[in-house]
Amino acid sequence: MAVVAFVVFSLLYFTPGDPAAILAGDAATDDDIRRIRVKLGLDDPFFVRFGGWVWALLHGDLGTSIFTNLPVTHLIGQRVEPTLALTLCALVVSVALAVPLGVLAAARVGTWIDRAVMAFSVLGFSVPVFVLAYILILTFSIQLEWLPVQGYRPIREGAWEWLRHLILPSIALGTVYIALIARITRASMLDVLAQDYIRTAQAKGLSSTAVLSGHALKNAAVPIMTIIGIGIALLIGGAIVTETVFALPGIGRLTVDAILRRDYPIIQGVILMFSAIYVLINLAVDLSYMFFDPRIRF
Amino acid sequence: MIKLFRSAGRAATTVMFAATLLSGPALAQQKVLKFIPQADLRILDPIATTAYITRNHGYMVYDTLFAMDAKFQVKPQMIDKWDISKDNLTYTFTLRDGLKFHDGQPVRSADCIASIDRWSKRDTLGQKLAEATEAWSAVDDKTFRLKLKKPFPLTLEALAKPSSNVPFIMPERIAKTDPFKNIEDVTGSGPFKMVKAEWVPGSKVVYVKNTDYVPRKEPPSWASGGKVVKVDRVEWIYIPDSATAAAALNAGEADIWEQLPPDLIPVLAKNKSITVENIDPLGSMGMIRFNFLHPPFNNEKMRQAVLYMVNQQDYVIGIAGDPKNGHPCFSYFTCGTPLSSEIGADPLKGKRDLDKAKQLVKESGYKGEKIVIIDATDQPIVHSQSLLTLDILKKMGLNAEIQAGDWGTLITRRAVKEPVEKGGWSIFHTWLVGPDMVNPAVNFPIRGTGEKAWFGWPTDAKMEELREAWFNASDAASSKAAADAVQKRAFEFVPLIPTGQFILPTAYRSNISGLIIAPINLLWNVEKK
Repeated sequence: MAVVAFVVFSLLYFTPGDPAAILAGDAATDDDIRRIRVKLGLDDPFFVRFGGWVWALLHGDLGTSIFTNLPVTHLIGQRVEPTLALTLCALVVSVALAVPLGVLAAARVGTWIDRAVMAFSVLGFSVPVFVLAYILILTFSIQLEWLPVQGYRPIREGAWEWLRHLILPSIALGTVYIALIARITRASMLDVLAQDYIRTAQAKGLSSTAVLSGHALKNAAVPIMTIIGIGIALLIGGAIVTETVFALPGIGRLTVDAILRRDYPIIQGVILMFSAIYVLINLAVDLSYMFFDPRIRF
Repeated sequence: MIKLFRSAGRAATTVMFAATLLSGPALAQQKVLKFIPQADLRILDPIATTAYITRNHGYMVYDTLFAMDAKFQVKPQMIDKWDISKDNLTYTFTLRDGLKFHDGQPVRSADCIASIDRWSKRDTLGQKLAEATEAWSAVDDKTFRLKLKKPFPLTLEALAKPSSNVPFIMPERIAKTDPFKNIEDVTGSGPFKMVKAEWVPGSKVVYVKNTDYVPRKEPPSWASGGKVVKVDRVEWIYIPDSATAAAALNAGEADIWEQLPPDLIPVLAKNKSITVENIDPLGSMGMIRFNFLHPPFNNEKMRQAVLYMVNQQDYVIGIAGDPKNGHPCFSYFTCGTPLSSEIGADPLKGKRDLDKAKQLVKESGYKGEKIVIIDATDQPIVHSQSLLTLDILKKMGLNAEIQAGDWGTLITRRAVKEPVEKGGWSIFHTWLVGPDMVNPAVNFPIRGTGEKAWFGWPTDAKMEELREAWFNASDAASSKAAADAVQKRAFEFVPLIPTGQFILPTAYRSNISGLIIAPINLLWNVEKK
């Protein structure tokens, strides 16, 4: 995390762009901008600024947004719920559909079911998120008028309203991961289904459902969990496009807006937070291996 | 079939929605106006920035002493009566009754003086007023006085300035803040109160009706007249993706969309429940700005050469998409306003003259120096102008290229005074709203104060002299003559090239009425049925 903090700070320091110029507005003069820069401490040397930031960080302070004057922790706090809700819903949709589809394709390998799942998988990879998002909006919001076009409602305002606003974004974001997880599940299952112990289980007269769920799927779970773990990280990154199209006030849009305005404290805070999340996800995935495969020990 | 599905979906949604409403009936009964603004509100201080979105926010929460009406006349707003001494050196103002800040405190003379003082440290016209000012003083809580060192005929116009920076009145405790530091407290005395707890930067700003506000009796005209609020709550919903914003308006999730991108106008015009209208009478003016510090545009003849090649109609179509949403404006002052004229504009009018342009380039002694146009691809108005200017320069046989980035990079790079080989620039494009170019006082890009001038840093003593003469003009006729002289000089010196006047229309649903025709989107008087 310390390395991440240093690299992020250095990159932003050397990136072209001046928040003072953006803050002052189009009509500001050089002198106006210089005075704002001094007020914000942006003309301080690198190590003075870096030291100040690290010192505040050690006290749990991520800083204050240059533009809104609001604490970065407050801004992140406002945006965590929509991103978390979107990521979780997309993950639930992805895993709930992809794993059964992958298992089914493997169990019926070479049949039309297998080919259909693979065709869907190719389509899921190929259609960009924003294209799918517009198709969903056109169909379900404009034509059928079932679901809202945009926005987010916190869960405290009612579970149905919350869910209504998340259905289309979750499908749009989750489709590519359905395709990814379904393909990996199929490949992993095919590998396991060719093992001797599966043949033994079948010879003992176990039903195909019991063989698939009890013997094959658990043994195929390690690569699937790996890809789900990577998927969570990718989902958080992919949420930027989805949040923009569906106007969800999430972390992704906060990051993009901050980058465009060179709001350094927000960018630094968000990247640090993402780094910590990625570390935790990887840790959780690694630990889950022990559950699915007792031979694995750390 | 779609109708059947639609009905089934609606029924299911209604049942679920009714259940949701049971938990929040109060909000459901309110009249809520949902407005998609032109940009995201990030900065709350309308004095610390000239950003138009912050100016618009200012009009929601603050009030002004005077305001300009649709006939360009100065009208009292917070002021009840005022008096000007015979020598034009003393102005005495009296506030009208019932003015209160959102925290319940009355608006006092001290608040007005502190607010004007802070504004005059940032605004160009305010600075000019401050130069002429001897002192502001409070006579009592409702009466205050301005004593001038020399007559300043634009005093009331300055206090009624409609666009950035607007002299909004704030409580004294807030107005005492350093003008280069952003204020955080949004207590004003305007017709709306901002609900800061519900502010989600990048997504939503919420205002509620200020029930203590006492509107004037006159009908609204621009920012003057009665500011009668006809809804309980206004939500600014920032939707960064324009296709989503169009879909939201189509679906009735938003009531008004402040500025439509040109390509979506036909899409929304098909919906009978939506009106697409130009409610901004002045629009905006595009411009080409040169760097005067380095070759080749430190040479007047090179700038004049480009003047002979710019076809404003091309730029208007490039920016606004449709000729209906703009027109050429051969003036340095916003067309449709009292000081606009075509005096000296011949090089910009009529058939474009490549031979003349090439002749001027030859006379300038151009040696093939590289010309760098800095571009912001995330700003369609800037990007389209950049591409058109590059095409012109190429036709003229100049060694030109575009260096593209985002808006944040452009406005940083334009502050670089080095030559292009060391990260400098030759040309950038931008635009200003009509009210910011109506006269020599507010039209800051024409100024020729060298290092102190706006980016590009032109030095033109003659322009400064003519501008000063305009400030000293004592009546309308001499003011017009002085402005004509400024324009004539501008077409000789070419501090910038106007690229036309364009309007980005507003779209609103059929249950909305009362939008005020003005160069700023004002939300009082707007009714939702």
